[in-house]
Amino acid sequence: MIAAANLDAILLTTKLATVVTVLLLLIGTPIAWWLANTRSWLKPPIEAVVALPIILPPSVLGFYLLVAMGPHGPVGQFTQALGLGTLSFTFTGLVVASVFYSLPFVVQPIQNAFAAIGPGLLEAAATLRARPLDRFFSVALPLARPGFITAAVLGFAHTVGEFGVVLMVGGNVPGQTRVVSVQIYDYVEAQEYGQAHQLALVLMGFSFITLFLLYAFNRRVTTLNA
Amino acid sequence: MTDLVARFKHGYPGFGLEVDVRLPARGVTAIFGPSGSGKTTLLRLIAGLERADDGYLAVAGEVWQDANSFLPTHARPLGFVFQDARLFPHLDVRRNLDYGLRRIPPASRRVALDGVIDLLGIGPLMDRKPDRLSGGERQRVAIARALGVSPRLLLMDEPLAALDQARKQEVLPYLERLHDTLEIPVLYVSHAIGEVARLADHMVVLDGGRVVAQGSTIDLMARANLPLSRDDGEGALIEAGVACHDETYQLTDIVFPGGRLTLPRQAREVGQRVRVRVLARDVSLTLAAQTGTSIINILPARVTGITESGPSQSVVSLDLGGTTILARVTRKSVDALGLKPGLAVHAQIKGVALLK
Repeated sequence: MIAAANLDAILLTTKLATVVTVLLLLIGTPIAWWLANTRSWLKPPIEAVVALPIILPPSVLGFYLLVAMGPHGPVGQFTQALGLGTLSFTFTGLVVASVFYSLPFVVQPIQNAFAAIGPGLLEAAATLRARPLDRFFSVALPLARPGFITAAVLGFAHTVGEFGVVLMVGGNVPGQTRVVSVQIYDYVEAQEYGQAHQLALVLMGFSFITLFLLYAFNRRVTTLNA
Repeated sequence: MTDLVARFKHGYPGFGLEVDVRLPARGVTAIFGPSGSGKTTLLRLIAGLERADDGYLAVAGEVWQDANSFLPTHARPLGFVFQDARLFPHLDVRRNLDYGLRRIPPASRRVALDGVIDLLGIGPLMDRKPDRLSGGERQRVAIARALGVSPRLLLMDEPLAALDQARKQEVLPYLERLHDTLEIPVLYVSHAIGEVARLADHMVVLDGGRVVAQGSTIDLMARANLPLSRDDGEGALIEAGVACHDETYQLTDIVFPGGRLTLPRQAREVGQRVRVRVLARDVSLTLAAQTGTSIINILPARVTGITESGPSQSVVSLDLGGTTILARVTRKSVDALGLKPGLAVHAQIKGVALLK
């Protein structure tokens, strides 16, 4: 059976990934829409910033976030002024860090899906009396659905799989920030390989099944559209 | 004030459009010109899909754009049919048709969509997704969808251009029926002179982003000096009425103020109005009426003008009782016959094409 501490870690990881995925879809959609439609000179720099977590070592991102959220950082000053204390080593801090870390995995599939729709159908909708927001919800959103599914799955899975940023920002507080990947690290440090195996196997299985389902779904979508 | 008044100055590198036109807001007005002449751009400016740097647009006395205001596309009471149909792929035909209909207040639903569905013959397609439709079916659904918003102006951007010849012949009769049945003014962009001759009451000819001619289709088609039909051969239109049928030889006679023409038997009622096209290259001229010729259609005419057309050719404008037709002859013949304005001649017409 799975030990109680392991179950805690799994539940915490699930909760973190769920909250982060929901937030990412809310934040990522307008960013993706803007990037897919703008001709502004700001597009390349914003795209670069969004994509940074793909190539940066998680420790670099985690370090900056830790400094920003710490008692002397800008975010930390702000949250202290609101009477919330600092976010580092808390679940909320972990959510904030994960949102940054997984942003490209959500923004890029949605942006590509929006870009693939092109302006033609939205123009047609405009000639049929649909206002801009109406066009977005009645044409762009349903047609970008495969992109949203890919984005949600990748955002969730990538958050489950993160380690470096968690360690930097969240530390290792049981029930607060001790997610599965950190728990496995602890076991290995303590030479409890049996426990490590158990959790590692869970993550391995989860990751495989997730990606398998995603690719199977994408293949079905491509076949349907062919 | 029921007209459409459009003044646009619109430019981007390599292309400039500068138009100032007043179009009648009734019947079908063709916007005609070669590729790259600015036809589609003009239509998109009228729809508000593009915004001119400098523009004024009023439709039926209502200002859609001037120096201080710009009505967005979704607030303009128009319908738009795109060359590529642009049906929503995630919706079946019924929901494509409902898309616009649902977005206008019930009080302004003047077009009965059921009637349009019958007219366009798309009733059996209601539950299909666009990817299960043929090109012609898709375009008919797109036309019905545009009419569903009860537009006060219907804009059509080469609705037949993406179709092959067979599909064109499938859709054209529906367009004619729309023309005859609905009271909605149509702006019809095309570079196919045959479509324009069949459908349009008025036309605007664009070339290089400028209006080079505008007027009634009959008048413009009879002008010798317009770049109307480089591929198709120039030809004038005649509006006539069906006079009688000859069942023995399977012929149909039509009459117009300039005389009588005989065509192969047409499935038309006696008295029905028809429009025929006479290509300039099918008309030859004689000074005296010929006998002993196989040509049936020989009509007295008067020369009204001669325009040189290329090194060896001239186009002669002829008046037949108020109707103008064109004849393409060699410059040598012009001199040999002593053709000049005012001269009475006989026009021998080898071919007459019934348009509608």
